[in-house]
Amino acid sequence: MEVIYMLIGFSLLVALIFLGLFFWAVKTGQFDDQHTPSMRVLFDDKRSTSKKSIHNQKNQDE
Amino acid sequence: MNSTAVISSEICYHCGEDCTSEAVHFDDKPFCCTGCKAAYQILDESGLCSYYDLDVNPGINLKNKKHRARFDYLEDDEVIIRISDFWDANKLSLTLYIPNIHCTSCVWLLENLQKLDAGVLQSGVNFLKRELSLLVDTEQTTLRNVVEQLVTIGYEPEIRFDKLDTQTQKSHQNRSLWLKMGVAGFAFGNIMLFSFPDYLDTTGSGLGGNFPIFFGALNIILALPVLLYSSSDYLKSAFAALSQRGVNLDVPISIGIMALFCRSVYEILTMTGTGYMDSFTGLIFFLLIGKLVQQKTFHRLSFDRDYRSYLPIAVNVLNESGEEYSVSLDKLEPNQQIRLRNQELVPCDATLLSEEAFMDYSFITGESEPVAIKKGARIFAGGRLTGNSALLRTEEKVANSYLTKLWNHETFQNNDKELKLTTFADKISPYFTVAVLGIAFFSGLYWLQTAGMEPALSVFTAVLIIACPCALALSTPFTLGSALNVLSLNGLFVKNHLLIENLSKASSIVFDKTGTLTESDSAEVDFFGVELSAQEQTWVKSACKNSIHPLSRKVTYALESSFLYHPKSFEELPGKGIFADVENTLICLGSRSFLASQTGMSSEEIPEPNFSGSVVHLSINGQYRGFFGIKSGIRNGIPDLLHSMKEKFSTYLLSGDNDAQKKEFTKYLGTNGSLLFNKKPEEKLDFITHLQKSGEQVVMVGDGLNDAGALKKSDFGIALADDISSFAPACDAILEGDSLPNLNNFIDFSKASMKIIIASFVLSLLYNTIGLAFAITGHLSPLVAAILMPLSSISVMVFTFVTTRYFARKRGLMIWK
Repeated sequence: MEVIYMLIGFSLLVALIFLGLFFWAVKTGQFDDQHTPSMRVLFDDKRSTSKKSIHNQKNQDE
Repeated sequence: MNSTAVISSEICYHCGEDCTSEAVHFDDKPFCCTGCKAAYQILDESGLCSYYDLDVNPGINLKNKKHRARFDYLEDDEVIIRISDFWDANKLSLTLYIPNIHCTSCVWLLENLQKLDAGVLQSGVNFLKRELSLLVDTEQTTLRNVVEQLVTIGYEPEIRFDKLDTQTQKSHQNRSLWLKMGVAGFAFGNIMLFSFPDYLDTTGSGLGGNFPIFFGALNIILALPVLLYSSSDYLKSAFAALSQRGVNLDVPISIGIMALFCRSVYEILTMTGTGYMDSFTGLIFFLLIGKLVQQKTFHRLSFDRDYRSYLPIAVNVLNESGEEYSVSLDKLEPNQQIRLRNQELVPCDATLLSEEAFMDYSFITGESEPVAIKKGARIFAGGRLTGNSALLRTEEKVANSYLTKLWNHETFQNNDKELKLTTFADKISPYFTVAVLGIAFFSGLYWLQTAGMEPALSVFTAVLIIACPCALALSTPFTLGSALNVLSLNGLFVKNHLLIENLSKASSIVFDKTGTLTESDSAEVDFFGVELSAQEQTWVKSACKNSIHPLSRKVTYALESSFLYHPKSFEELPGKGIFADVENTLICLGSRSFLASQTGMSSEEIPEPNFSGSVVHLSINGQYRGFFGIKSGIRNGIPDLLHSMKEKFSTYLLSGDNDAQKKEFTKYLGTNGSLLFNKKPEEKLDFITHLQKSGEQVVMVGDGLNDAGALKKSDFGIALADDISSFAPACDAILEGDSLPNLNNFIDFSKASMKIIIASFVLSLLYNTIGLAFAITGHLSPLVAAILMPLSSISVMVFTFVTTRYFARKRGLMIWK
């Protein structure tokens, strides 16, 4: 049963890492604006215009 | 320009408007105006057409842009420094407020600005605040270029006088709350986990070995930061209240917190039990959730605006040789010449140097019709120039103008309205605290006599623990937070959830007229006289279309015509009337004297109508046909609203306009209210004060700067705005114009919310009583506490959420989007 001491230690360590990540996320302002990032998710990275027109074509075909 | 255009049913590819007049085609796509086409062209050239894939017709309509703001002042380094966040060497960082941001496409386009202008290094949008943060390389481009580029694609930033020297406030105040909640949640979860063996262990045999010591020590270590960091706000607030000899709700909460923590530490150290650390951390966690709900604000709305966010940041000043240059408003001195263009605001009191100008004072004084000003006459700050550009000489500094004087009134000096807000919970907390301490003391005394010191102390602390009014503390923020959400779904955005109580107590409702009950843009135009044929309507409309006078514009909108002619000749005598030749027909529109002088009619031929509103006479080919009667239109649903309200409240009309519409409104308002016209802003404020002195709870509904004092003074000031992101004076709530007919329901709903708070109080007291029964009899095990405390909090949350929505639905309000 002594292994529990170690397991609890590890589990706390992992939990502390997540708490640290949460602190980092709050401090870097990720909780300041909770709406815009949800819109950004929808953006595709379309760099060239040609790709875009192909995409448009596809949309129209559908 | 073509003299005719065909109606089409096409929809503009850019903005989605119906292309009613002339559709412009480009790339096989229809556009409603050249502005939209130009915006499309710019995006097309830069390969930014994904803009149109993300949302359907996302563009901003550029057709009705009445004027184009000038950005000369953005060349001035001093202005740039004062509106930017930082500027060193060649990197300029600033935040712009862009009210037009409305969809995913907007965010995408604005965050891809570097494709339009390589000088933009970084751009980020905060959608809720409608803000664009820019990092600009000033060696590659200028700020003016970037801003003008934004204007051409439809995203005109609002740069106002109040932006000078204010660093953009970053929202840090919420961050510490998130952190506190994170710590409490972390400790709550882990302590629950460590306590789990205890929950299952009912025999009391324990795990054996050193585990109880190990878990106990861990629990204390985990709970310490929760006590010292997460709950610090409650402890501090309770301490502050006690040192001022007051009792707020934080006092019983703090007593509960301290009792929980101390007893747990005692039990763990003496190894007499496992303590209540799970309940303790859970309690703080739930309380902080309540606090987070409470802090919900509407970021894109600003409730504390004054004249400085209404005025522009700079004006164009003429030097001796007649050259224009821009000067920021706070540098504007008396006796300077300034030039204003169509739709620009007069920044300070001034004298007119041009021959004539039309000033629209509706926002300042409430007058519905623009006023004609003659050369040499005084113009007050805040007026909007309509029509041709004009030359003015400044008389006062901006801070000393007529408009700004209102803000020197004492009402604006203190903000005690918000400080005075006390919740129902705060009111009963002294009694609650005394009751809890009493019960704890007497049950402790009872156990002392029957069983001795140890169980007596244990019961004493158990009562303090279980009576901790966690659910009570949550009921107000959750009910009102929920009510706040429902109201905002229906178009009423309240500044602070506690203000809903003020709304629920309303006994008098005071309305402004211009812009509030009437809509400034829509007007009721009726023709009285010999009926006009379709052909004649077309002629009159063609003639009117060329005039910039506000009355002829209203006539233009009112007339039905599918196409227009181009008049052969057109003459306008400003302020008098127009005389035009359309398809060899002579159209003459204007005042009586103008018609008489133009057509040679004797003034007997032209009647002097008894009409409440503005009158425009019409003659066709020298023949008198009748007159257009123009009344500013009453908003939809207003008669019904006023009718249903006059039974329950005293209703008043308080207008800065003349009493032309008095007759009309008399029938809508109750007998115990009254109609007041020609009121100056200060007089409006005094009227509200007068009502309050006679014991009324006043709700003021207004829209303009002339209502600013009254809105501030009233118990609940509602600023009405057709576009909620546009300027609204300082107020307690912003109401969308279309939602005004719902005002009665809003008040009913706020009353229901107050009842819900009381009901949820009763519910949480019920839990307290059950818990007390356990505590007094000495059966409060950590497991009971761990179940009862979260259960009471969660059921209060669910109860308030469900009931507020139920009552909102019953009042016909939207509860879902």
